[in-house]
Amino acid sequence: MIHSLFLINHSGDIFLEKHWKSVISRSVCDYFFEAKEKAEDPENVPPVLQTPHHYLISIYRGKLFFLSVVQTEVPPLFVIEFLHRVADTFQEYFGECSESVIKDNVVIVYELLEEMLDNGFPLATESNVLKEMIRPPTILRSVVNTLTGGSNVGDTLPTGQLSIIPWRRAGVKYTNNEAYFDVIEEIDAIVDKSGTTVFAEIQGVIEACVRLSGMPDLTLSFMNPRLLDDMSFHPCVRFKRWEAERVLSFIPPDGNFRLMSYHVSSQNLVAIPVYVKQNISFLETGSCGRLEITIGPKQTMGKMVEALMATIHMPKSVLSVSLTASQGSYTYDITTKILIWDIGRLNPQKLPNLRGSLSMQTGVPKPEENPSINIDLKIQQLAISGLKVSRLDMYGEKYKPFKGVKYLTKAGKFQVRT
Amino acid sequence: MSTAALYNDQGAAEAAVEAGQETTPTSSSSGAAFGLFSTDFKKNEDLKEMLESNKESLKLEAMKRIVQLISKGKNASELFPAIVKNVASKNIELKKLVYVYLVRYAEEQQDLALLSISTFQRALKDPNQFIRASALRVLSSIRVPIIVPIMMLAIKEAAADLSPYVRKTSAHAIQKLHSLDPDQKEQLIEVIEKLLKDKSTLVAGSVVMAFEEVCPDRIDLIHKNYRKLCNLLVDVEEWGQVVIINMLTRYARTQFLNPNINESLLEEGSGGEKMFYGSDEDEDEDEKEKKAEAAAIAKRKPYVMDPDHRLLLRNTKPLLQSRNAAVVMAVAQLYFHLAPKAEVGVIAKALVRLLRSHSEVQFVVLQNVATMTIKRRGMFEPYLKSFYIRSTDPTQIKVLKLEVLTNLANETNISTILREFQTYIKSMDKDFVAATIQAIGRCATNIGEVRDTCLNGLVQLLSNRDELVVAESVVVIKKLLQMQPEKHSDIIKHMAKLTDNIQVPMARASILWLIGEYCEHVPRIAPDVLRKMAKSFTNEEDIVKLQIINLAAKLYLTNSKQTKLLTQYVLNLAKYDQNYDIRDRARFVRQLIVPTEKSGALSKYAKKLFLALKPAPVLESPFKDRDHFQLGSLSHLLNAKAGGYQELPEWPEAAPDPSVRNVEVFTLLERVTTLTSVPEWTKCSSREKRKEKKVEKPFYSDSEGESGPTESADSESDSASTTDSASASVSEESESGLESESEEESETEEEEEDKKEKKNQKKEPKKPVQESESEQSSEEEDRKPEKRSKKLKSDSESDSVEDEGSESESSPSESEDFESEAVVTKKKKAAESKPPSKSVRKEEKKEKKEMSLLDLDDFEPTPSPQVTPVNTLLSNSLATDLEGLSLSDSILSPATIIPSGALKNYELLHRITGEGLSVEYCFSRQPFSPDANMVAVQLQFTNNSTSDTKNLHMEDVRLQSGMRVKEFPEIELLPAGEMTSAVMGIDFCDSTQAANFQLCSHTKKFFVSIQPPVGELMRPVFLTENEFKKEQGQLMGMNEITEKLTLDVKCRNEHAIVQRVTTAANLSRVPCGSDKECSPPVPPPDYPVHRFAGRTVTSSSLVLVTVATREEGAAQLMVNCEKMVIGTMLVKDILLALTQ
Repeated sequence: MIHSLFLINHSGDIFLEKHWKSVISRSVCDYFFEAKEKAEDPENVPPVLQTPHHYLISIYRGKLFFLSVVQTEVPPLFVIEFLHRVADTFQEYFGECSESVIKDNVVIVYELLEEMLDNGFPLATESNVLKEMIRPPTILRSVVNTLTGGSNVGDTLPTGQLSIIPWRRAGVKYTNNEAYFDVIEEIDAIVDKSGTTVFAEIQGVIEACVRLSGMPDLTLSFMNPRLLDDMSFHPCVRFKRWEAERVLSFIPPDGNFRLMSYHVSSQNLVAIPVYVKQNISFLETGSCGRLEITIGPKQTMGKMVEALMATIHMPKSVLSVSLTASQGSYTYDITTKILIWDIGRLNPQKLPNLRGSLSMQTGVPKPEENPSINIDLKIQQLAISGLKVSRLDMYGEKYKPFKGVKYLTKAGKFQVRT
Repeated sequence: MSTAALYNDQGAAEAAVEAGQETTPTSSSSGAAFGLFSTDFKKNEDLKEMLESNKESLKLEAMKRIVQLISKGKNASELFPAIVKNVASKNIELKKLVYVYLVRYAEEQQDLALLSISTFQRALKDPNQFIRASALRVLSSIRVPIIVPIMMLAIKEAAADLSPYVRKTSAHAIQKLHSLDPDQKEQLIEVIEKLLKDKSTLVAGSVVMAFEEVCPDRIDLIHKNYRKLCNLLVDVEEWGQVVIINMLTRYARTQFLNPNINESLLEEGSGGEKMFYGSDEDEDEDEKEKKAEAAAIAKRKPYVMDPDHRLLLRNTKPLLQSRNAAVVMAVAQLYFHLAPKAEVGVIAKALVRLLRSHSEVQFVVLQNVATMTIKRRGMFEPYLKSFYIRSTDPTQIKVLKLEVLTNLANETNISTILREFQTYIKSMDKDFVAATIQAIGRCATNIGEVRDTCLNGLVQLLSNRDELVVAESVVVIKKLLQMQPEKHSDIIKHMAKLTDNIQVPMARASILWLIGEYCEHVPRIAPDVLRKMAKSFTNEEDIVKLQIINLAAKLYLTNSKQTKLLTQYVLNLAKYDQNYDIRDRARFVRQLIVPTEKSGALSKYAKKLFLALKPAPVLESPFKDRDHFQLGSLSHLLNAKAGGYQELPEWPEAAPDPSVRNVEVFTLLERVTTLTSVPEWTKCSSREKRKEKKVEKPFYSDSEGESGPTESADSESDSASTTDSASASVSEESESGLESESEEESETEEEEEDKKEKKNQKKEPKKPVQESESEQSSEEEDRKPEKRSKKLKSDSESDSVEDEGSESESSPSESEDFESEAVVTKKKKAAESKPPSKSVRKEEKKEKKEMSLLDLDDFEPTPSPQVTPVNTLLSNSLATDLEGLSLSDSILSPATIIPSGALKNYELLHRITGEGLSVEYCFSRQPFSPDANMVAVQLQFTNNSTSDTKNLHMEDVRLQSGMRVKEFPEIELLPAGEMTSAVMGIDFCDSTQAANFQLCSHTKKFFVSIQPPVGELMRPVFLTENEFKKEQGQLMGMNEITEKLTLDVKCRNEHAIVQRVTTAANLSRVPCGSDKECSPPVPPPDYPVHRFAGRTVTSSSLVLVTVATREEGAAQLMVNCEKMVIGTMLVKDILLALTQ
């Protein structure tokens, strides 16, 4: 399936290549560079390209391109999903997925890639399994290894690889047994000029951090599972049980993982926490424009809105801005034409306001469209959909784990049209 | 790193730069600056030295640096000899890095690579499965054609490995070998066929992948594994799921009927979709005719979904909840291609969810959604808003979303969509705006009601400041106007004015074409436009020039008075144009329209040629008809067939025989029995006939939880035609045809069998079950079977052994009818695999009725170990017969197969030490129902004292680790002089360690212990001769123990041997074709071989015993068992039993 993999940095250098079948010359990437040139924006490079003899399937992650070469029919999503899994694995092993970190750990990267694919077909992709075969680098371990001559590579087959629960490694032991669950919700919304919501939905995930000894069998139940519209699960979740009882029953992987993601789409359930009053105008005559933005709380459920931020992608003709912010600070990047207003905490008594003038390029007609405003915000201790975890039970082990649930609401793709 | 740079095929300059950038500990910074050559060689020497040193750490360091070189794509091939030596290193990390190197360079250095092969061959035999697997991985990855036979051998061996992980690796190796040497295909297919039968979820995905790569057209290999794959699917790892689902989609397309036959007709009738994609009328009619035909067919045969089809849909549905986008997409395409229309909707939600994922995922999903929305618009309508576009989306995503929105547009939602489009038009992303305008144009053509609104909106755009927007609008307006030009002469006028401002060639050309085409609607403006154009002709782009010529020609034909000179001027200009197309066109037009003496014939028709009515263009989605590619595939995405793409077949007109997917029950019981492996079958023609029929029978295994049988018309008629009497039962339930046939069979052969029966009875003295090893039995026992045989006679439809069936109805593998025959004929028969009938209930009833046949006094229909005293009155030989015939695992098959008379009593407590209480125990050879891993021990308590004993129970059980005991229920009262019995279970862990415990009464405690003879640590299993031989082949070497012996004088006949062996060990007889007792036509071989099979109770390891007789009582005993200790002890025991 996957023939070769090339890692390419932002400026177009191939800094790592790996072949699972016979070697393919890196000149095959020229087709990709051509497409990249044409697309200007890296996000616009088509993920699937056809060349005379190969097909190139690529993803863009962390300013890197993961470019895979395939020769025959294969579901493109299969490859894309796999490449993202590779990037995720790097992230998990090295803390980030960047060129420098990959170059520093190239041997481990190579060992990982060797295990993840056999003849181009995924072999081991569960991080629990991989970590048992190839241990992630830590400072302590590298010191120990140099002293003892030990290695990073395990010599037995990870138990997970064979069991029916491949995601969990065996023989886990902790002195402190703990299980934390973060319910994180993102609001995706499009609000139009007049302030009415065109479209809104909530995308939620439950991120888990489980450090429990042995083989715990967990059950997580909700107060109001009916809220959930559509969900996807980590393979550990017993689907039948969810269908029947609406509880999440699972033997968790060890460490961090995403237990489920869900979707709440009924519009009336989606509360929009802030409103935005804006007035952006470009004058027909003279080379200037005016901008005024005020943000106020709308439905915050009595919680504090934090880390509020507004981002505006200005038209090309806006040369500079001179604004005053009643709260927080703003920056305007002349090259990318992006105005960022970092507000911080939203004070309901004194609403933050940004106003001033925009200076425009002379002789250029005024822009057709007013730029839209992207809002970022955070609300701690609240899941905006109202989802609540009612309890977490553990079976199969005798100790008492420490349990915790945290809620967080964020703005996802929250856009105000002007 | 500067070293490698030299060998690099890249430019020297780049290499130098790289060398400068990288500072590795060993490279001197001056390396790049001074002569590259000298340092290069030094550096390689350096690495070589490190590799040849004795220190592991140095070697490892060197390998790490070499891997770095490889990762950069630099050449390190000259280090091959130094590296290959380390292939056998003990250090696992070093070894792995060497593997990486080998796989990379072996192809280039084939001769040297061969040096490493023997290491891998050795590693293939390693006890550590991980090492076996990685050896196979590397061996199969080095692409050296010479080792193809070695690879083939290794793959075959690994495919039979005990570790599923190794088997998975072998499935991967299949593909590698196939790409290395396609000539091996046939052999590889055999391995694939074998691996397809594997039950491990680990293997399933990989072997299907191999199947797809090597022999995707061998759909017949899937039949038998279809249901298994469906059922395993949820537990297979994500990547395997994708592959399996895609393959099953194709499979289902060949095997099942289109579930939408009827619905598509209705759809056509209402004309729902056709309207929007207004295809040609005639085509429409054609299709309607076809549909009508289809409808006619449909009416004749109401569509009933094949349960297997349903099974697939049901088992894939939960996977829509997978976190893996590829799995979700795979299920979505499966539903799109296979599900009834009403059910396809479920996938929409999941696909919409994927739109939150990475942009690459969005890209692919949107492409597929775009195709789906054309066929099934309703499905995505509720999610319309999820496709709204954000200014932050990448352009390629925006365009795709627009496509979907356009496809979703209909009369009800068009207003919201158009409002949304209005905001898009203001976007800064001009490519996107252009796409939006085209989308509006398509909405306008598709939905008549909004055509005018759209047109007006587009006309407003003509005053847009951005030229691109205007140009795109012009192009779209042109297309719209073509539909109804009469109404819109003012728009044409407006557009004529635009020629002064618009510079985009495509737009100018479009305007000119419009004016030319509809010059009659704008008779005044047209010549003026031509005048202006003639003026600027030389400066125009080529496509504009062509349209100017076009306009001139059309005006000349309609309005030659005003435009004759202008036209000639334009044509003259064109005549000397640089572009030959334009020159050609000018010449061509001139000849056509300007009448001269030479020409003439054509010029008459010039008007018809130029001003013919042109059909309005159809604005179609680029995704139309893409669904003939399997969705989610690369080919679909590219809209071109990719290499290795397997066409999605059309639905078959009539469903192929569904019974091909039926699986014999033994595959479910982890055993394979092929009907053909039974030799006797071939001897009798009538049986042969029956066999054929049986193969066709559909059957539904209970274990699959299948809801209902597939109705197979063939088998129904088949069985119905067999006998009239059978037809009644057939009508009740088609599968029950099995029984009816067997009845018929017994009727026809009845007489003959009766005779044989009698003969046999005389020949073989029967033994009572209860009296062990005593031969005195004969008389009484002889009579009983005779009585029974009379009964059999009296009721001709005797299925005596259906009692066995009822007794052990928990076992799905009972083969009732054949056993019945066996009882009647008293023949040793090889077992035939007979599917268990689903209608157990039915049979049960029937059996009850016929129970009287075997209604023996002490017969227990449902024996439980607790209550079963050694019971059966079946004769000894009969019991052994049945043993051979019982197809079930012994866990399932209860009392019927107790080797009669073989039960030996052992003393647990002597009456003197027990102060009046004596206890004897025997191994009842019954399955211990509370725990199948335990050996049932039957205790017999006798109270010889004068007082009552109370509260008999066990205490203080002391066992070796791993052993377990299930105590017998407390005996509350044992009156003086009475006897009672109880059953306890002991898990001996396949060892002959004693179980020690205290036996307590209300007054006393006695230390006792039970030590099992090795023969009791197993339970009989049924194997056919072929299976036996196969299994035996796998238990060679250390696992095989052979002894020569001289048989005891009394023990030289068949029967005695069998009896003694089965007494010594709880084994079952393996029926064999060369059996002495086999049907008379075959002359018995002089020196028969007797085979026995069993499994150890705890670990289920096979125990195979072979006794081969020679002349003069000489014989050879062979025991094959994985557990060597058990094997050795068993040899001793059997030896003893046979020689004394």
